Amino acid sequence: MKRITIDPITRLEGHGKIEIFLKDDGDVENVYFQVPELRGFEKFCEGRPVEELSQIVTKICGVCPGCHHMAAGKATDAVFGVEPPPTAKKLRELFFMAHFIHSHIAHFYALAAPDFVVGPTAPAAERNVLGLIAKVGVEIGTEVLKQRRIAQEIQALLGGHQTHVVMNMPGGVRKGLTEDERKDIVEKAKGFVEFSQFSLKIFNDVVLGNKEYVDIILNGPYSLNLHSMGLVDENNKVNFYDGKVRVVDTEGNEHCKYAPEDYREFVEERVEPWSYLKFPYLKKIGWKGFVEGQDSGVYHATPLSRLNVADGMATPLAQAEYEKMYETLGGKPVHATLAMHWARLIELLYSSERCLELAQDPEITGTDLRAKLGNIPGEGIGIVEAQRGTLTHHYWTNEKGIVTKVNIIVGTTNNNAAICMSLKKAAQGLIKKGVEVSDGILNMVEMAFRAYDPCFSCATHSLPGQMPLVVNFRDKDANIIRTVTRN
Amino acid sequence: MEFEPTIVSFLCNWCSYTGADLAGTSRMKYAHNVRVIRVMCSGRVEPTFVFKAFREGADGVLICGCHPGDCHYHEGNYKCLRRYHLIKKYLDQMGIEQDRLRLAWISASEGKQFAELADEMTETIKSLGPCKVKNVMETLT
Amino acid sequence: MANEKPKLKVAIYWGAACGGCCVSVLDVHEKLFDVVAAADLVFWPIALDFKYKDVEAMPDKHIDVTLYNGAVRNSENEHIAKLLRQKSKIMVAYGSCAHMGGIPGLANFTTKEDLFKRVYEETESTVNPDKVRPVPKYKVPEGELELPEFYNDVRALDQVVDVDYYLPGCPPQTERFVEVFMAIVTGAELPPPGSVVGANEKTLCDECERKQTENKLIKEFKRPWEIQDDGETCFLEQGVICMGPATRGGCGARCIEGNAPCRGCYGPPSTSPDPGAKMMSAIATMIDSNEEDEITTIVDQIADPAGTFYRFSLPGSIFRRKLFEKE
Ligand code: SF4
Ligand code: SF4
Ligand code: SF4
Ligand code: FES
Repeated sequence: MKRITIDPITRLEGHGKIEIFLKDDGDVENVYFQVPELRGFEKFCEGRPVEELSQIVTKICGVCPGCHHMAAGKATDAVFGVEPPPTAKKLRELFFMAHFIHSHIAHFYALAAPDFVVGPTAPAAERNVLGLIAKVGVEIGTEVLKQRRIAQEIQALLGGHQTHVVMNMPGGVRKGLTEDERKDIVEKAKGFVEFSQFSLKIFNDVVLGNKEYVDIILNGPYSLNLHSMGLVDENNKVNFYDGKVRVVDTEGNEHCKYAPEDYREFVEERVEPWSYLKFPYLKKIGWKGFVEGQDSGVYHATPLSRLNVADGMATPLAQAEYEKMYETLGGKPVHATLAMHWARLIELLYSSERCLELAQDPEITGTDLRAKLGNIPGEGIGIVEAQRGTLTHHYWTNEKGIVTKVNIIVGTTNNNAAICMSLKKAAQGLIKKGVEVSDGILNMVEMAFRAYDPCFSCATHSLPGQMPLVVNFRDKDANIIRTVTRN
Repeated sequence: MEFEPTIVSFLCNWCSYTGADLAGTSRMKYAHNVRVIRVMCSGRVEPTFVFKAFREGADGVLICGCHPGDCHYHEGNYKCLRRYHLIKKYLDQMGIEQDRLRLAWISASEGKQFAELADEMTETIKSLGPCKVKNVMETLT
Repeated sequence: MANEKPKLKVAIYWGAACGGCCVSVLDVHEKLFDVVAAADLVFWPIALDFKYKDVEAMPDKHIDVTLYNGAVRNSENEHIAKLLRQKSKIMVAYGSCAHMGGIPGLANFTTKEDLFKRVYEETESTVNPDKVRPVPKYKVPEGELELPEFYNDVRALDQVVDVDYYLPGCPPQTERFVEVFMAIVTGAELPPPGSVVGANEKTLCDECERKQTENKLIKEFKRPWEIQDDGETCFLEQGVICMGPATRGGCGARCIEGNAPCRGCYGPPSTSPDPGAKMMSAIATMIDSNEEDEITTIVDQIADPAGTFYRFSLPGSIFRRKLFEKE
């Protein structure tokens, strides 16, 4: 039997390896997606003072550190049995919106868009954000960098350290917002809303306007019939920071809706000897193997699943886009893997609108930043939505608040089984006897993977080696102030 | 073969070293396991000295300084005392028995006390067995 | 902008890392174009579609500079570190993980066995009655699958290959990276190999804007949530452990800006061969007592000295890991 190895999978957060086994006639026999890495935060957080965890766990992922920081913040509040005051809560959510904006922008432009705009089978050296800029124009590229940077600046302002945030304290936050800072964020948030709408327009023109792409999205090998998971607020609208976890089955009916503290009744994880990453599944159904369908325990937790589980978006513009998407794709739930990109842009718009709402909330500049702490009850669970799925942190401490046990189910982990299956399906659809296995075909296999992984702000600035390129530096009136030419 | 521990001792120049010297010149017999390093003051003993001693193969570390109030540099031995307690707590977290480190006050005239201390500590370390810090370094390659 | 000189060939790789170091390189924002103008990135899995085979095909010393971030946790990390060392003229340990082991290095408080047991058997959501564990080689019906071997110890990069420069920080501040990068590009004289670059010799306290007195004295240590931080006074003087006195400056006091005490990601100044030792010395000077009983009481208030003083540096410390019976 022949085999093809893609190692490392590039343009993704974290390590990964795809093994494709071919039959003798060239058809795909099986595909394994292996995660070759483990660091073991669950173990080495033991012994640390619980208030340190919100800073330690950000180091699980430097691309979505804010998600771990927030889940840890909430779990730590729960360990102390307190709720942060309203201002603190809103500041956290404001930070979190900036975090989503920066990540979603990056994912779309750096990861997803090159595959569509430059073309899925374009040469490797062009299939990245610079190739994208070459196609769509430098202004857009510059705007992408700028919006992402602004979102990051908001994060740094609220969170201290620009990457590994130090915002949360048990029961609240360390730092408030001044009136001037608030006003500034209002302006920036307006820019985000505009930019999100613009991004949806690009998606509309470039992807939806191309019959071939729509066909790939809807009918290609990129569809998987799975249950969906996501966090919703009290009105069943999409929420990233707070609420209950809702799961709908492949047909769109509610499978369960649980409060964070009950997660163990609904989710279990399985170990396979060929990957360091575990495979979660729905406990009520049980593990039925890597199979699709209503009877399978496999679910996904992605932008698309979040939209699938919700009854809508909590902000008006995003709600309109939400309706449009389901109308176009034939109603809920949607199972086309590549529709995740669309869902992500709708979430970008929601985050931007919510960012603006929060910045306009008078309470946001309040000075009551931390709840009073009583004794330490010793166990706490916190759940938020990470960009790439529902994130659960669970801590136990002794009476001094020293951590005795930790359990974490990371966003991507939720999708481990789904990713394996998506890859297999894509490979089986694309690699056929008689078809030459080109680099482009392999990239199309990876596309199935990339759809799941929004947590990849980095690639925004990715640079190929040899591509001819002219970069114009412009001032705000669009005058060229400098030109760099590479060849 | 019976385990013969290596104990590194840091003795302050003004009291403890003289005390140990007295033990020697008065031909008092004491365990030969104690290797003496002279420092100007117990306050000069950096935590690094202790850690390095263990890493180089010491099974125990003994620090001796002047009695409280008698330090030639006034405060050195108090500083040492504070460090000592911090280091002990750290050793414990690192899985190293706290008894492998000891701090004692020895005056210039306390040769006998020093000899007894050396014997006593050697016994303690013998019962603990060899310190494994060095092995951990060796697994690196 | 004319650029006559041949471009620098740069590789960026992550071992046991979080990705934050890669992000910090990308966060050059406007400076991006200067970096691009000066460098060809020949290998960077997070952002570019080049694979291991591309690196293996390069002649020795083909790469001018490799920025290696992340600790060495498994056989793959080690293999690629050695491969890149062979292919590179300058090897930079980029970020705390490569520099001293970093946060993943906290795993040296435990063993591979205990860590696997917790993750794959005991975690409350895991169901694994057969005690299945990931293994380096596993036969599936279609063939054999391989995984890197997970080591018992986390190592800093220089415990595996020779390192020319260390650029500390978790992650390094992007401005510091750009300074160092530009120095290499312009051919400015570099410090002797083995040096820490992109950080100061003086400690963080030196650049910290919090109010501090000449002699910090501490009667009682407190957990950060036990004080009502005034936002102005030195954390240590408020009784909260801050690694400032034992940490190099250069980060711009990021955490302090966010009203959080420093945890030492920039590592100790070059005068101290052990990061925590420097902190222990500093604290011993500050404890305001000469009474043994009182001293032990105060010392006991430090919740997790090893995990705090060596938050980013356990593998790079003198003891390197916790000792266990079995060893
Ligand atoms: S040094 Fe910090 S930012 Fe860099 S990889 Fe390690 S944990 Fe991430
Ligand atoms: S100890 Fe911390 S808060 Fe105090 S001066 Fe130093 S860095 Fe600043
Ligand atoms: S304040 Fe300390 S922990 Fe924070 S970035 Fe600076 S050196 Fe690192
Ligand atoms: S001189 Fe003896 S302890 Fe200071």
